[in-house]
Amino acid sequence: MGNIHVDRKLCDNHGQCAIAAPDVFRMNDDGILEFDEGFADTLLDEVEEAIDVCPVQAIFLKD
Amino acid sequence: MSSRIVVAGASMGGLRAAEQLRAAGWEGEIVVVGEEAHPPYNRPPLSKALLAAPGTPEEALAAVQFRPRASATGIEWRLGTGIVAADLAARTVTLGSGESISYDGLVIATGLRPARIVAPGPLGGRHVVRSLEDTLALHKELVPGARVLVVGSGFIGCEVAATASELGCSTVLVEGASGPMERSLGKELADGVRGFLNARGVETHSGARVTEFLTKENGNDAGTCGGVVLSDGTRLAADVVVEAVGSHPNTEWLQGNGLDLSDGVLCDEHLRVVNAGPVVAVGDVARFPDLRTGAGARRVEHWAIPTDTAKIAAPALLAYLAGEDPPAASAPLPSFWTDLFKIRIQGVGSPALADSVEVFEGDASAPEAGVAVGYFRAGRLIGAVTAGLPAGIQLRYRTAVLNQEPPGALAVAPGVASRT
Repeated sequence: MGNIHVDRKLCDNHGQCAIAAPDVFRMNDDGILEFDEGFADTLLDEVEEAIDVCPVQAIFLKD
Repeated sequence: MSSRIVVAGASMGGLRAAEQLRAAGWEGEIVVVGEEAHPPYNRPPLSKALLAAPGTPEEALAAVQFRPRASATGIEWRLGTGIVAADLAARTVTLGSGESISYDGLVIATGLRPARIVAPGPLGGRHVVRSLEDTLALHKELVPGARVLVVGSGFIGCEVAATASELGCSTVLVEGASGPMERSLGKELADGVRGFLNARGVETHSGARVTEFLTKENGNDAGTCGGVVLSDGTRLAADVVVEAVGSHPNTEWLQGNGLDLSDGVLCDEHLRVVNAGPVVAVGDVARFPDLRTGAGARRVEHWAIPTDTAKIAAPALLAYLAGEDPPAASAPLPSFWTDLFKIRIQGVGSPALADSVEVFEGDASAPEAGVAVGYFRAGRLIGAVTAGLPAGIQLRYRTAVLNQEPPGALAVAPGVASRT
């Protein structure tokens, strides 16, 4: 199990994470990010892609 | 002896290349060489949020520095010295210090530098925005009431003009050959963006280029730029002049190796540099075929391209070194965005290649109220741009571009038709 932290002060709701890792990140109807804090290890590649593509680099992996 | 891959360029493309080489299983040396003294950092804020409020130089760097992947270990960073020459036959590169480094594989990620306006007049006091230092220097001059003249209305020019205006400067945008971001947005939306900028206090000047830089009328400032003369005869005085007229690929160091360097580095669809052996290119210096639209090889200057191309180039280079065929090529879908006065404009695909345009929802002359525009080439949807709409709506249009759906399918998509 991995854990995600999103810095909400940085997050600007671009939605790129929801493209890279749709199993973990979603944009709601108001355009606001929703995500699962914990994710299965099999989704690590997806989550790393989401971290890569965040324009404001707001997504962190927690130890 | 250990095998070594040299990555030329230590900005986002160099970082993503190093990360993807490790992710693809490379266990040999990785040496990343970059001209800038800083570790890789994120450039989009340089013309927006960071230009508005950079803080101290240390705070500014901390705000934009990339966090490399935890798996990207054992990378040697050689910062503050660029590569000045390469001998691809001998498989060596030469640093500015004179030192030579041999490689088994080479990644070209040397990116771009700002183009400069060629016109008579003083050189002093003319700004560009590419590096952290550029942004810190420009920020100091963006004081309330300053007369700011921005030449060039691509993304960076528009962003700098909007930021200067928000900081209380009296701002004029000299558009250049086409309207605001017109190459990426098309004429309809560019006209809408111009009206939007005008309504928020940015004056725009269309259809003229700079023919002369004026010297500041102050004895202490001899040699400092104090305005411009335009090709239509207009004289514009300014306290601050910013040049945002595009960029040049950094490829001079590759000359003499028989490569096609006519616009960046010519690559195949795997980002392998043509006629260069174990060499790939990453980021906006790479000119590669557009499998998605069928158009010819082109460079893409959008932010996502270093990441997208590194994911293709790294495994292709490792396959070459192993004597294997590269994995099947994928075709990155370009994406881009800008923020102007708190309004988000997001796009996907290749609107610049469109032969026709259709407004899907909203009114292109009022982008702040929410608008979506589709871009077609030979009847196929190849791009979409939204302005002032939530990201979820943009994602639906992105899916449509990926699937090349006709716009009729979008009009009935849940939540889209009702959202105006």
